Amino acid sequence: MSSKRRKTIFDELKALLENRVRTDDMELQLYGKDSSVLSGVPATVCFPVNAEEVQGIVSICNRFQRPFIARGSGTGLAGGAVPVGNPVIISTAKMNKVLEIDLEDRIAWVEPGVLNLDLSKALMKFGFHFAPDPSSQQVCSIGGNVANNSGGPHCLAYGVTTSHVLAAEVVLPNAEIVTLGGIDPEPKGYDLRGLFVGSEGTMGIATKVAVRLTPNPPDVRTLLLDFADVSDGALAVSAIINAGIIPAALEMMDHNAIGIVEAFVHAGYPVEAAAVLLVELDGMSGGVEAAVETINDVAKTHNAGSVRVAKNEAERALLWKGRKNAFGAVARIKPDYYLHDTVVPRSKLVEVLNQVYKIADKYDLIAINVFHAGDGNLHPILAYDAREPGILERVHSAGDEIIKASMEAGGVLSGEHGIGLEKRDFMHLLFSAHDMFTQDLVREAFDPQGLANPMKVLPSGSRCSDSFKQHIPEGVWV
Amino acid sequence: MGVILGTIERQEFAASVAGSDLITVIGGKTQWDIGGTIDPNARAVSAPVGIYDYTPSEMTLRCGAGTTYEEIQNILGEHNQMLPFDAKGGSTIGGILAVGRSGARRLRYGAVRDYLLESWHADHEGKLVKSGGPTIKNVSGYDLCRLLVGSLGTLGFLAEVTIRSLPVPPCSRWMTGVCDPFELQSRLYRPSCILWNGNEVWVLLEGHPADVEREANLTGLTDCSGPPVLPSVGRLSLRPKLLRELPKMYKQGWLAEIGVGLVHLPEPIKYDQGSLSAMTVMSDIKARLDPTGRLNPGREVF
Repeated sequence: MSSKRRKTIFDELKALLENRVRTDDMELQLYGKDSSVLSGVPATVCFPVNAEEVQGIVSICNRFQRPFIARGSGTGLAGGAVPVGNPVIISTAKMNKVLEIDLEDRIAWVEPGVLNLDLSKALMKFGFHFAPDPSSQQVCSIGGNVANNSGGPHCLAYGVTTSHVLAAEVVLPNAEIVTLGGIDPEPKGYDLRGLFVGSEGTMGIATKVAVRLTPNPPDVRTLLLDFADVSDGALAVSAIINAGIIPAALEMMDHNAIGIVEAFVHAGYPVEAAAVLLVELDGMSGGVEAAVETINDVAKTHNAGSVRVAKNEAERALLWKGRKNAFGAVARIKPDYYLHDTVVPRSKLVEVLNQVYKIADKYDLIAINVFHAGDGNLHPILAYDAREPGILERVHSAGDEIIKASMEAGGVLSGEHGIGLEKRDFMHLLFSAHDMFTQDLVREAFDPQGLANPMKVLPSGSRCSDSFKQHIPEGVWV
Repeated sequence: MGVILGTIERQEFAASVAGSDLITVIGGKTQWDIGGTIDPNARAVSAPVGIYDYTPSEMTLRCGAGTTYEEIQNILGEHNQMLPFDAKGGSTIGGILAVGRSGARRLRYGAVRDYLLESWHADHEGKLVKSGGPTIKNVSGYDLCRLLVGSLGTLGFLAEVTIRSLPVPPCSRWMTGVCDPFELQSRLYRPSCILWNGNEVWVLLEGHPADVEREANLTGLTDCSGPPVLPSVGRLSLRPKLLRELPKMYKQGWLAEIGVGLVHLPEPIKYDQGSLSAMTVMSDIKARLDPTGRLNPGREVF
């Protein structure tokens, strides 16, 4: 009789969630990957519908000492949702309701599975939006944005996710449900909300998030500047900021990017140009018009070929469509790509971009640069064909060199994709053993048993400071 | 290459923190009574003073945590940049961050915590810990910067900070009069501050002169030199819409930040602000980062 058999973790999960626990091979394989090049094998995938079910799953994982990973839409690029240690995957896909929109407090309570763009669409009729807008915003979830402290083009003026999350209901790794932060301005205690945002699922699982609503700007102007020299474009970026203008967005695309994007969206991008800057200005019309004038001046002094101002919303949308779909458009030249994410001081953009091209040449790869120039956030894309023997080693070596070049220029490891598994072993480039030890002490206060998305963010030797260069954990394939 | 400016200063500061005695760090003492009275046996240290690095086009500034707000504002001002904290004279940047209270322009410019990019702090053993990164965008590692902001120095003493700056708005205009502040907020795009005392309203409009003019006309208010001094005995943190209830809760003399939810009171607060969630985690963080309880004894965050 089955009653005599000791219950397995699967039995308990099925008793809790019935058919919302999946173990078939096809599905496990699907949830073994995110949008990085890494993959692993989960034990099972669960689809809870509320905080109590998430709490139940985490309790079961505690009893069986089984790691668990919260997963949003799987659009993460750093392997943050890739299973390590045969974990239980907790998908937030079925927790996708906007629970409350409070226009007076200018907040909305949403479930973690709500998609980023769906939230802004729901807010549109009230004249508000959710400011973080990652390129994946059509499919990425708010829970994932919180986990990665996501950015996006418009974070230059509005700030990244942490500035737009006031509170979160969280199931802690010990299965306790708590609220971090608050919708009042000075919640008591330490800012655990601030710690939690960007902790990549290692401090618990958000089951409800209070996001700030940003008023839609009364006036928006989108400009496209083209340059015959990448350096001029990069210098124009600093000149714009130096003039006291913080554009809503300030994006750069290089020649390779312009070519593939134009072939894809036909937005009239100047395919001959070495680089273009996509500049968006928003706010009230007086400030916007003055900024347009200043940018025209900067364009002249920095040898821009032309300044195109989007004439209407359709043209603006088309220009943005090109920018936001640039990554997908890479498929026109190569079937696979590796997307990097580092930040350098704006004044080092020219220098590091030149290094990126040199590194790509050295490894015989195509580098495509589409990035948030205004905040120095580089996104070199290395395009390749995975069928070519030995190519992945070259891609990884080139990537390593790009990261090191960015660090040497005084930059940081990641601007918005996070550390996950991908950059875990590069953390020592930015932090000392003692820095990481301290970070791990804080993480451990949330998760002493190490069950919440283990092996991510910090090298596993962070508590014993002797070894940092770890290998990708067993069971994970590159 | 020479040693990076500030390196020696922060190392010396960390060394001064080392030891096993009770210890406190003194800034400008402008918010000295917040969180309780320091144990009189605590030895006092002060964070390094000096601006080490400021590149206006990066809009970031690196300085010793003991540097005064005025000194920072002065150098930023030379390049038409600023910090929007409206801190008292004598305040140090380390003190402002450790206390974590934002200025009255939070409505437009956000909270103090969003301005700290990178920090070096001395931990309970007098070892230096770096958190965050020097660029305006960064998600590398855990965000200990935000943990330190508002922690009243109970988890570590700030030695050096990199903060972000903002352009000075070309035009600033205070206006006052009698109106419904909630209705006023809904009419304005991004006012910098709206204060209300239950009857009168003071609003700060900032930006391009043409925009400020247009919004000023929308308010129906008259120009003034600025708001009254904010009362500083009690401080109440409420969700913004609860400010409507203030006239029922307190008699007079208070000023509320509309849209933010802060109330500045001339008397101590009389309402308990509710229980605190995640107490265990907070206590555990304190126990891990300051196991002997030597950092700022007597001051409590929760």
